Amino acid sequence: MTQQPNLLDLKGLRVDRGGVTVLDVPSFSLCQNEFVSLIGPNGAGKSTLLLSLLGLMKRQTGTVTYRGSAVTSQAQWLDLRRRTAMVLQEPLLFDSTVFDNVASGLKLRGLGRAEIKSRVATYLERFNLAHMAQRSARRLSGGEARRVSLARAFAVEPEVIFFDEPFANLDPPTRQALTEDMDRIIRDRGIAAILVTHDQSEALRMSQRIVVMNRGSIVQQGTPAAVMNHPVNEFVANFVGMETILEGEVVSNRQQQLAVRVAGREIDTVGDEAPGVQVYCCIRPENVTVTVGHPEEKSSARNHFQGRIVEIAAMGPFLKLRLDCGFPLTAYVTRESFTELALYEGMEIHASFKATSVHLISRRAA
Amino acid sequence: MDVILEGLTKAFQLLASLDREVLGIALLSLKVSGLATLFSLVIGLSVGTLVALTSFPGKKILVSVVNTGMGLPPVVVGLFVSIMLWRNGPLGYLELLYTPTAIVIAQTVIATPIVMGVTIGAMQNLPANLRLQILALGATRVQLVWMLIKEARLPLMAGVMAGFGGVISEVGASIMVGGNVRGYTRVLTTATVMETGRGNFDMAIALSVILLLFCFAVNYILTYIQQRERPR
Repeated sequence: MTQQPNLLDLKGLRVDRGGVTVLDVPSFSLCQNEFVSLIGPNGAGKSTLLLSLLGLMKRQTGTVTYRGSAVTSQAQWLDLRRRTAMVLQEPLLFDSTVFDNVASGLKLRGLGRAEIKSRVATYLERFNLAHMAQRSARRLSGGEARRVSLARAFAVEPEVIFFDEPFANLDPPTRQALTEDMDRIIRDRGIAAILVTHDQSEALRMSQRIVVMNRGSIVQQGTPAAVMNHPVNEFVANFVGMETILEGEVVSNRQQQLAVRVAGREIDTVGDEAPGVQVYCCIRPENVTVTVGHPEEKSSARNHFQGRIVEIAAMGPFLKLRLDCGFPLTAYVTRESFTELALYEGMEIHASFKATSVHLISRRAA
Repeated sequence: MDVILEGLTKAFQLLASLDREVLGIALLSLKVSGLATLFSLVIGLSVGTLVALTSFPGKKILVSVVNTGMGLPPVVVGLFVSIMLWRNGPLGYLELLYTPTAIVIAQTVIATPIVMGVTIGAMQNLPANLRLQILALGATRVQLVWMLIKEARLPLMAGVMAGFGGVISEVGASIMVGGNVRGYTRVLTTATVMETGRGNFDMAIALSVILLLFCFAVNYILTYIQQRERPR
């Protein structure tokens, strides 16, 4: 990823509100074709960062560079905005037809009538909106309105697209369908994207890099697996959750019984993914069983790994074990089990979990 | 009862025969109030948009002043404009008092705060992020303002309706600055006042019917546009 040139660079950004610094980002950049997710709690400054990159936010300091040249004058900001697109949480459609809405960005750019018509038709088709081109935007359902706002953003064929929680408050199937449409177009056209989201699985599914923000600063950034499995501090750990997230590739699918290769080992799980698909295996620590010595009885758990305890941390009524099974794995044990098994750091153990307790998320190839 | 019946019959005779005097008064009313509404639209829309889209110290006070102006009593406006246009007044040299232009000026003063107040309200009622969305779509400043006005067009139309309705039915200012000069500055409302005073109920009723028809027609047209623009 890093060998590609930076598309967008931000340096020394500071935004103050009422004398209080709400955003302080020394540097942030986006590469060509890169998909970055910004995650963090409300008020972390994610949206402010997004708007600052387009010059839509009053800032104390900070320079934006696009393709190597600094964006300073009004004309340069306009040029940047005309090479990019933004989708906000509310669809914010215009009081007009679906067609006019999708055409709006193109009209602002002064494109010819014929070109607008064909471009709009293409994107209406892509977002499955062709049958409602002449419908008034006021008569759309929530899901349809989001679809139109996405089509409007993609119709300008941006080089970078910014999403600010575009799928908040949508029902899961609609969300799923829209995410897939959006993802396909982004890949097809090689668009770079920044997504602000609260939904971790959304961030995992689409991004090559996750940026965790809190109280106006970037706390951690890295590949999804790095951030999820190696949080730099307590805040990130609590925010991203304790789940183990493993990068893998589906190697076989026999009647939805999957084998996923992770760090040279195979994890059994269930799902629809075809062989060759890149996935994340998500395993919750409460679903991992730790046994000492060889398991004597037969168990319904399909996954058994030999491993070692790397770290033990107290978490109130139970303990958190960081295990190394050739891949990192986190397990919870109660204090009682802990004493009974006489666990210690460095101890060889046996970890097992059921195939059905592995949650699969397909991911973009890096 | 006879008075009313007789008045109504005669009124409809006057209307049916397209009485020249009645028609003249009606046309003048339409012209004067139409022009005043047009001017107030130009001033009210531009200033209102500017006020709504910018922030400056004293904005709240200004908006309150404008909102107060939406209910400006016509007689007060009439008094103020009379003083300004009075022979020895600051604008006396223009010799506009007791001309149709004077009525247009007074009615513009009445309608402008209405249009301006509605414009400010309509612009501020647009979703807060709409501006950002339009700018992010690649709009220049001018394109931004134009698109916001387009988005607020329905309440703006309601403002124009309210403005026109206010000035065409207003009597105080028209009589004070126009003088109700026959065939020159006599409009529907001032004529109705005079004819009623004289006991010429037939003429008064005829004029009132026309006034009502105007109000109805304008509102009907605008309502029609509103409903066509925004189907359910």
